[in-house]
Amino acid sequence: MSIPAKPSSSRAAEAIAACRVDPAAAAVELTDVSFAYDVRPILSGITMTIPRGKIVAIMGASGSGKTTILRLIGGQLRPKSGGVCVGGLSVPDLEPEGLYALRRKFGMLFQFGALFTDMSVFENIAFPMREHTELPEELIRDLVLMKLHAVGLRGAAHLMPAELSGGMARRVALARAIALDPMLVMYDEPFAGLDPISLGVIGQLIRRLNDALSITSVVVTHDVYESLKIVDYLYFVSEGRIVAAGTPEEVRASRDPFVRQFIDGAADGPVAFHYPAPAYREELFADVG
Amino acid sequence: MSAELTAGVAQWLRRIGGAVTGAASKLGFASRFLLAVLWHTPGAFRRMHLTLREIYFSGVLSLVIILMSGLFVGMVLSLQGYETLKRYGADEQLGILVALSLVRELGPVMSGLLFASRAGSAITAEIGLMKTTEQLAAMEMMAVDPLARVVAPRFWGGVISMPLLAALFSAFGIFGGYVVGVRLIGIDAGAFWGQMKAGVDVWPDVTNGIIKSFVFGIAVSLIAVFEGYDAKPTAEGVSSATTRTVVMSSLMILALDFVMTVFMFRGASVI
Amino acid sequence: MNRSAIDLWVGIFVAIGFGAIIFLALKVGNLVTLDSTPGYHLDASFDNIGGLKLRAPVKAAGVVVGRVEAVRLDTKVYDAVVTMRIDRQYEFTKDTIASINTSGLLGEVYIGLDAGGDSVMLKDGDRIKKTQSAVVIEKLISQFLFDKASGGAAGEAAPVKTVEKPAGETKK
Repeated sequence: MSIPAKPSSSRAAEAIAACRVDPAAAAVELTDVSFAYDVRPILSGITMTIPRGKIVAIMGASGSGKTTILRLIGGQLRPKSGGVCVGGLSVPDLEPEGLYALRRKFGMLFQFGALFTDMSVFENIAFPMREHTELPEELIRDLVLMKLHAVGLRGAAHLMPAELSGGMARRVALARAIALDPMLVMYDEPFAGLDPISLGVIGQLIRRLNDALSITSVVVTHDVYESLKIVDYLYFVSEGRIVAAGTPEEVRASRDPFVRQFIDGAADGPVAFHYPAPAYREELFADVG
Repeated sequence: MSAELTAGVAQWLRRIGGAVTGAASKLGFASRFLLAVLWHTPGAFRRMHLTLREIYFSGVLSLVIILMSGLFVGMVLSLQGYETLKRYGADEQLGILVALSLVRELGPVMSGLLFASRAGSAITAEIGLMKTTEQLAAMEMMAVDPLARVVAPRFWGGVISMPLLAALFSAFGIFGGYVVGVRLIGIDAGAFWGQMKAGVDVWPDVTNGIIKSFVFGIAVSLIAVFEGYDAKPTAEGVSSATTRTVVMSSLMILALDFVMTVFMFRGASVI
Repeated sequence: MNRSAIDLWVGIFVAIGFGAIIFLALKVGNLVTLDSTPGYHLDASFDNIGGLKLRAPVKAAGVVVGRVEAVRLDTKVYDAVVTMRIDRQYEFTKDTIASINTSGLLGEVYIGLDAGGDSVMLKDGDRIKKTQSAVVIEKLISQFLFDKASGGAAGEAAPVKTVEKPAGETKK
């Protein structure tokens, strides 16, 4: 993480002009995006559209660059090339104030919740409200309780994050993500490490909230089973490229070897089982003769 | 063999060059960081309760160690000082000895070192842990600048606490010196306080001591928040960041102390 | 830890911190420095100021009445010229003697003022005419040895005559 760097000198108007996309149709549009840490390429040629009001999953093995895509959408990283348009604005060209204004319309659920450990559950959810609105405390209290009720944790309002189980913490983080009724919610591995009941709960919440609040959701995950149950569209990413895409029905019926390996959980396929190494025979008998 | 040697030397030089440029860029980053923290100061004071909370955690919770250490240092100073002064028949100067040692040097420096190890490392660990558990990233994504909300209050909490702690250290030290010198050893109380009052000037002694502790506070707080913010988001990263805070703060305090002492107290004895 | 408890403790902390600072300033240090009270300046020249430092006290009858503000070398007669700042409430006669003394054997060096009986008082910027330089131990010892040597050779009757000005001689 670094101090917010100086953006390019483009003005906000240029930022809008760069996104030649109809903001009514697509909430997020990535066009031929590539990204690299110094010389190590992470993403290349990523083009994806996330329509308004839909849930889109980005799937792939660990280290395939899925979380990087989320960071590009959120403006934490700047792409080496290509365009990132969110809500009609070109994210990499925004000035810091513009970026912060845009982020107020986002919600993000981090992998393990990222709740503020020095505050109670209530205060965690009230945090964005207190920071960005001038609402009186009584109204904030009602709103917090409503959000907590939506995720089923209204009775846990006074608990501290350390006292919550993994599933409960994830739900509180979800309530915090929707605290300001965002237009876009990003989920970073929401299903990771949860028990079956919590998995079902989180999946249901993601779907219900998306429809009830008319938000757009981007879910980065590698949980095939839960995703297929709730999402509208899937993108498969492998080694920084999109290798497959489709609706859940298309994906289930797909013959693409990568998709098949992923869904079936096969040990070997397009994603190789063996890490690159010299030939086995050569290495074992290296010092002989 | 010569090719190997050249390659080895070249690599060694490259490592030194890398270390120097690394240190230089870290220094540059730290300076920009300081400016960013100062820039967000109004935000820290607008959320006054945050800064007060940090003054509590840095200052109030350091009171026990500071006061106890001050007391013991003062008592030992008195004990050791008396033995040496007695040889020259100057044992009535004990008051001045204890007071000047504490107010000019030991108060600011020792309380600075104690503060760095107790509060400085705690601040670094806290910020580093928040970075590791993505709390800082979450704050950024919620369009709240962590520099204003997390870093600046802790910085100012430290800067405000330090001079107060240094003064308390000196005061308790002098009291400890009084207890040992007058009550235990039996020096005349009037001579103790009288000589002290005559020998300790508010300017330059007391005020320079306060200026020193203020500078130390800035240095320690800056290093603490910077190392926390810059820590690698792993367990080892946070732990080495805390160690670095204590080590760098201590070295900075001693170096700054020397530089300031040269400027402040040179004038008093030079015509 | 709720907010009011934190506020209370922080308030106590800041209060005792400032209390400590005030304690150091008043009880430990001499806050009543004459730099703030109105004063006037007097000059005095000495053969040798010994260990006199800047900000050394100026005392009359043991009471601190001022401070040494500046010291410079007069290159015309190679004397030390000391500028003193005296508290305005104390006036001294024109025939006051300024001498450089040491408080105790290891004590600090200060300027002592002995007022005379003149009716005219010294004003701001005046020069004290009568001064007594510092006692320099080395000169005292060498004079003592010289006296001993010359007294022993020429007999007790011969008066002591020294080439160099002995320390302690009044300067007109």
